[in-house]
Amino acid sequence: MSRRAWVEQIMGMPISIHIRGDDVDSPVVSRAVEDAFDLLREADRLFSTYQHDSEVNRIRRGELDLAQADPLVRQVVEACQQAQELTQGAFTDQLPDADGVLRFNPTGLVKGWAAERAASRLADLPAASFCLNAGGDVVVGGTIGAAPGGPGSTWRVGVEDPRDRARIAEVVELQHGGVATSGAAARGAHLYDPATGSFVDREGSVTVVGPNLMWADVWATALFVGPASLSRRFSEVAAGYRMISL
Amino acid sequence: MRRIVTVILSTITTVVLLFSYHTSTDSTTVGGSRVVQLLASSGSTSRSGSSNGKASSPPQPSSAPVASSTFTGEVAETQWGPVQVQITVQGRTIVKSQALQYPQGNGRDWQINSYALPVLDQEVVQRQSAAIDTVSGATVTSDGYLQSLQSAIDQAHL
Repeated sequence: MSRRAWVEQIMGMPISIHIRGDDVDSPVVSRAVEDAFDLLREADRLFSTYQHDSEVNRIRRGELDLAQADPLVRQVVEACQQAQELTQGAFTDQLPDADGVLRFNPTGLVKGWAAERAASRLADLPAASFCLNAGGDVVVGGTIGAAPGGPGSTWRVGVEDPRDRARIAEVVELQHGGVATSGAAARGAHLYDPATGSFVDREGSVTVVGPNLMWADVWATALFVGPASLSRRFSEVAAGYRMISL
Repeated sequence: MRRIVTVILSTITTVVLLFSYHTSTDSTTVGGSRVVQLLASSGSTSRSGSSNGKASSPPQPSSAPVASSTFTGEVAETQWGPVQVQITVQGRTIVKSQALQYPQGNGRDWQINSYALPVLDQEVVQRQSAAIDTVSGATVTSDGYLQSLQSAIDQAHL
């Protein structure tokens, strides 16, 4: 079995794709990887808050009505609303801009959503297994090793120690699904708590592992910024997901 | 898709790294193939070259000194400014990593830089020795250093 990897800088972060399989050099694999990166670039064009003319920025400036927005944008908006309800408001798509004004900003969900969508192009590659890492959020899957522990199907995902980032605190072994981590220690307060209207500045991190990276990401953020009682809600509504609190 | 494997000279400011590589591996030692060690030595020579296919490991003569190669990551645009990380590889060993450019505009930048820069080398070693395939962390989009470093590890397949 061979392994091959690709890296591109998209959405302001390096995104890597690793493929294991018998024929990682085949044009089918290359095309799937290119398609996956294309989907991520498309997401960046639509959702970037750094690109002046992205649809999200035009919505933020009031230049684009949501009804006229790209169907993908509307899909993300719906997912944001769903996330807000599921997490009892701990997840929000209304974040303060540079002037402190709350504006539509789905960034907290887009990365996981886009990575999951890109991964769909890799999931059906024959006799292959993939790992996609989008700036620390990871989605893996594939068609080899249907039996648990089958050769090449398991990916070992290290979870960074939030207090000592030179260390790996835990290792998650996964064949299908997503791993997302939220925390503030790494780069100061950047996660916004809608309940208090302030950025969370506490130590630690929350990692969520589950079938879908977007929801893992949403829950990791919500559980990090939300009240302690939210973990009960998480265990009730997020079947198949588990959290690692560090 | 553009695939550029570039070994650069130090004066180049922006290099787009779109690496593609592969190595043989067997399923039981997937992580092990990525183990690198930090050596105290540093390289003195740089090679320059490019290919449009797969990255190949720098030549490793067993007795002669190994030439070092410098890999420069793409400039990562962060909310605090551009970040660019460069690693120096000797054989299959990262001997040095440094940020070529990083935000220096305000107090927060200083805090980030003073924290991030010293841990780069150490982090490479720790992550690799954990025999893992990839890392999940709260780095998200703004911390270009460690993401760029992760990218460099991925690219070099060390």
